[in-house]
Amino acid sequence: MTEQGAWRLALPLALAQAAFFLAPLLLLAATSFATDENLGSLSLAAWADVLGDAFHLQAVLNTLRLGAVTVLATLLLAVPLALLHLVAGPGLRRLILLAAILPLLTSVVVRTFAWIVILGREGVINSALLSTGAIAAPIPLLQTEHGLVLALTQIEMPLMLLPLIAALRRIDPALLDASSALGASLARTLRKVVLPMALPGLLAGCTLVFASASTAFISQSVIGGGRLAYLPMLVWQQAMVVFNWPLAAALALTLMGSVLTVAAALSMLGRRAAHA
Amino acid sequence: MHRLAPADRPLALLILALAVIALLVLVGPVLIVLLTSFTTSQALRFPPPGLTLRWYAELFDPVRSAQIHKAAGNSLLVAFCTAVLSTAMATGAALAIARSRAGWARLAEGAFLAPLVLPGIAFGLAALMFFSWLRQPPSFALLVMGHAMIAAPFALRTVGASAAGLDPALLESSASLGASPWRTFRRVVLPLIMPGVASGGFLAFISSLDNVPVSLFLSSAETDMLPIRLWGMMETSLDVRVAAASGVLVAVAFLLLLLMDRAVGLVRRMAG
Repeated sequence: MTEQGAWRLALPLALAQAAFFLAPLLLLAATSFATDENLGSLSLAAWADVLGDAFHLQAVLNTLRLGAVTVLATLLLAVPLALLHLVAGPGLRRLILLAAILPLLTSVVVRTFAWIVILGREGVINSALLSTGAIAAPIPLLQTEHGLVLALTQIEMPLMLLPLIAALRRIDPALLDASSALGASLARTLRKVVLPMALPGLLAGCTLVFASASTAFISQSVIGGGRLAYLPMLVWQQAMVVFNWPLAAALALTLMGSVLTVAAALSMLGRRAAHA
Repeated sequence: MHRLAPADRPLALLILALAVIALLVLVGPVLIVLLTSFTTSQALRFPPPGLTLRWYAELFDPVRSAQIHKAAGNSLLVAFCTAVLSTAMATGAALAIARSRAGWARLAEGAFLAPLVLPGIAFGLAALMFFSWLRQPPSFALLVMGHAMIAAPFALRTVGASAAGLDPALLESSASLGASPWRTFRRVVLPLIMPGVASGGFLAFISSLDNVPVSLFLSSAETDMLPIRLWGMMETSLDVRVAAASGVLVAVAFLLLLLMDRAVGLVRRMAG
């Protein structure tokens, strides 16, 4: 394995990705500009249907909003937990890490199922509210956007927490002590010392959570239900139920474009903040 | 941080309260599923009116749950093949990237990791179109190929972190002592990066076992996958066996996590 020959070791993965990842995506793009799945002839009908139809545009907006709201909700909970991890002793640190990793290793189907039990008519939340007398009849939580955001907050939180913890790990605790010894308030220490160090992890977490929440097919279909239109569900319906492959392809590319645009914007934000 | 000024206490308390809520939100649902799987009720009522092992008995019943067992077997088979294939390819790529100081290495690494940010559902649909264009009927081989594309980046990240720590001098001395490249790999490189390879293989295995977006498009009645079958059971009827199946999956994930953590320090690896 000389240094000159080492690149050959990367060949299997490179070839496999070209053949089985890149080529399918190119075919996906070609299909979106065709009249049918056999690439019969060129047509902009699928794209006109996505971009000129109020229902499809609403689905795009719903999907982007779902991703953005989930990012905010996971931030609200994951940042304090990452800060607790920063100042915690070894035992609590390990507990927090286990709590972050275990959900990540259990299937997203299982995590979604848990929220059916929590949000259902006879579920955890309704039972608790009924028994305290806060409500007289079960309130619908399944098949609502609130319920879906609540569920996705838990389902996606590890993706925010792990990059944050990894970034904060590079902070020397002595730095925090020095900041407070010099008279900085906690808020100022957080803003001036912790935030700059946490920023790369924060942006990585936001990107991962946005990408995952906006494409969470199972959670969207089971907890969101049929009344809320999101792009992943429409892609699946057009591909597997309606068999309109050009439209399915155009919808899938719209989803991909939305996620990549947000990811690129976040990474640009990160670079600008790093220079500021 | 240990001696808080009085003015800082409200903010510190707020952070602590949110952190505690975050921990409860993370762990609570897992515990709720476990408890629900022992319910005596036909419905997903919480708290359960009584506790029984009935749903586990039904889940393990070879006749009534035959389809679930078949899907679980398929998923394990595909996950094993995916883990072997994607970790082997990722290890090669990681070593190539670690050995090269050229600019292309960083570019290649970015390209190799791209499947992590692309929506899986777009790739799943693309793979279905591609294989149907090639007139390939659904099969295990196609599922493994599709899963491996998604799993390889997970393996590459962990193997890459290990490979970056390799001392080039070790490889040079092994070569100058007359060892063939293959012998150097087997006797010097592989033992050093083994913890990374094992973690990468484990993450690839889990990624395939839990995969929904690719299986959604590439599986068929013959190659039914467990997450897809469970999703179907959740959509059509509120079958409490899903709770028992979830209980089994949570227990397996927990045991694997503890095992892998003891063997290769997985928890530390996953938190950077």
